[in-house]
Amino acid sequence: MYEGDLEEEPRLSTIQVLVGTRKGAFILTSDAKRERWTVSAPLFAGWEVYHMKGSPADPRRLYASQSSAWFGQVVQRSSDGGATWEPVGNQLAYATEAGTHLWYDGTPKPWEFKRIWHLEPSHDDPDSVYAGAEDAALFHTRDGGHTWTELTGLRCHPTGPQWAPGAGGMCLHTIIVDRAHPGRMYTAISAAGAFRSDDSGKSWRPINRGLRSEQIPDPNAEVGHCVHHLAMHPARPEVLYMQKHWDVMRSDDAGESWHEVSGDLPTDFGFVIDVHAHEPDTIYVVPIKSDSEHFPPDGKLRVYRSKSGGSQWEPLTRGLPQSDCYVNVLRDAMAVDTLDPCGVYFGTTGGQVYASPDAGDHWLPIVRDLPPVLSIEVQVLP
Amino acid sequence: MIRVVLPQHLRTLARVSGEVELDVPAPVTPTAVIDAIEARFPMLRGTIRDHVTRKRRAYVRYYAAQLDLSHDSPDTPLPDSVARGAEPFIVLGAMSGG
Repeated sequence: MYEGDLEEEPRLSTIQVLVGTRKGAFILTSDAKRERWTVSAPLFAGWEVYHMKGSPADPRRLYASQSSAWFGQVVQRSSDGGATWEPVGNQLAYATEAGTHLWYDGTPKPWEFKRIWHLEPSHDDPDSVYAGAEDAALFHTRDGGHTWTELTGLRCHPTGPQWAPGAGGMCLHTIIVDRAHPGRMYTAISAAGAFRSDDSGKSWRPINRGLRSEQIPDPNAEVGHCVHHLAMHPARPEVLYMQKHWDVMRSDDAGESWHEVSGDLPTDFGFVIDVHAHEPDTIYVVPIKSDSEHFPPDGKLRVYRSKSGGSQWEPLTRGLPQSDCYVNVLRDAMAVDTLDPCGVYFGTTGGQVYASPDAGDHWLPIVRDLPPVLSIEVQVLP
Repeated sequence: MIRVVLPQHLRTLARVSGEVELDVPAPVTPTAVIDAIEARFPMLRGTIRDHVTRKRRAYVRYYAAQLDLSHDSPDTPLPDSVARGAEPFIVLGAMSGG
């Protein structure tokens, strides 16, 4: 969820919030004060845009995942910061015999490609991008999206036949590349769990020790956990944060083990989790009432912030609706910018995008009436 | 020339408006027409039929001459009126909400 390195940005910076929604994408633009925003016309109108993200290596290079139940998957690329776009390769085919995973009723079901949930451009090369798919698989392009190759070590892991979809589908929704440890990557899949590679995605192993999920037959199983999102601060890469279906979790050893840091949250169900750009112990979640009631408790939209890496949480409410609010905040719909003070952004299923220019102390809606928001990313452009 | 009507979203993707006219070698079948569409508009590959199996996507329909040809073999020759260019071959998204 980070754009560029951690450094104070000049006041002349332009902020671009990249918003993926159920019916198109939008680019929200402001100066570094982050008070006045312009909202673009819809991009890819009528299509689901699960994710849109800029390349840290070249912020003018953007990628977007455009999909529809009718016409399938399209990958779009911009080389001018989103002003113009071109469709690139969309042949994301499983590289080996697909095999089976578990269906909701526990029966085997063949893998079937549905869409790309997340695009993760490389830190070093604007033509290199990882893509996380539903049904869960990891793809990679080295030529700016023209051709895609599956990294089969993940989908073909021996536990693959035990993976099952969460309510949103069997999606690979989180991809984190650890720049401090060359070759190390993390992914997360609903409902399989978190995985780590130390060889640039060739081989993977589950990293779910310490997770406990009462919704599966063995609550402590190696796989089967519905991990909703992972977050990492690049300056402290051994620490990972997780919003699981229920439970907010933390690992201090690069995923080897996890412990719960839900602490005094009003509910520990939720989807998003993110880390402050300059304070590795400051994290954000949006508690959601339950797995069937996907809205904030008591109709109050509250971001919770912990400055201690979890366990102790404070509600952030200024500028957020504190009555009659029944929206959800989906797993990829929160991001932070790299300015000082750090900006925090999230989007809702009600079509609102909120921004805080002061690390969560105050919030304002950038826009209130977009289609349901699926994802948020932020760029700081010089 | 074969006349083809594409759905709005695919016209946008291909950056065309109105009907598309294509040279299609005989016999004129849905497979031959889609081959010609994909050759001229590579960005439409995978949006009408699957890249690998080449099967029509589930929510895409083929109509021509007031007939729903979606469930016919894609290698069945299209009506003569389509082959002559008198009527278009219509690709459209199945009617449903969303």
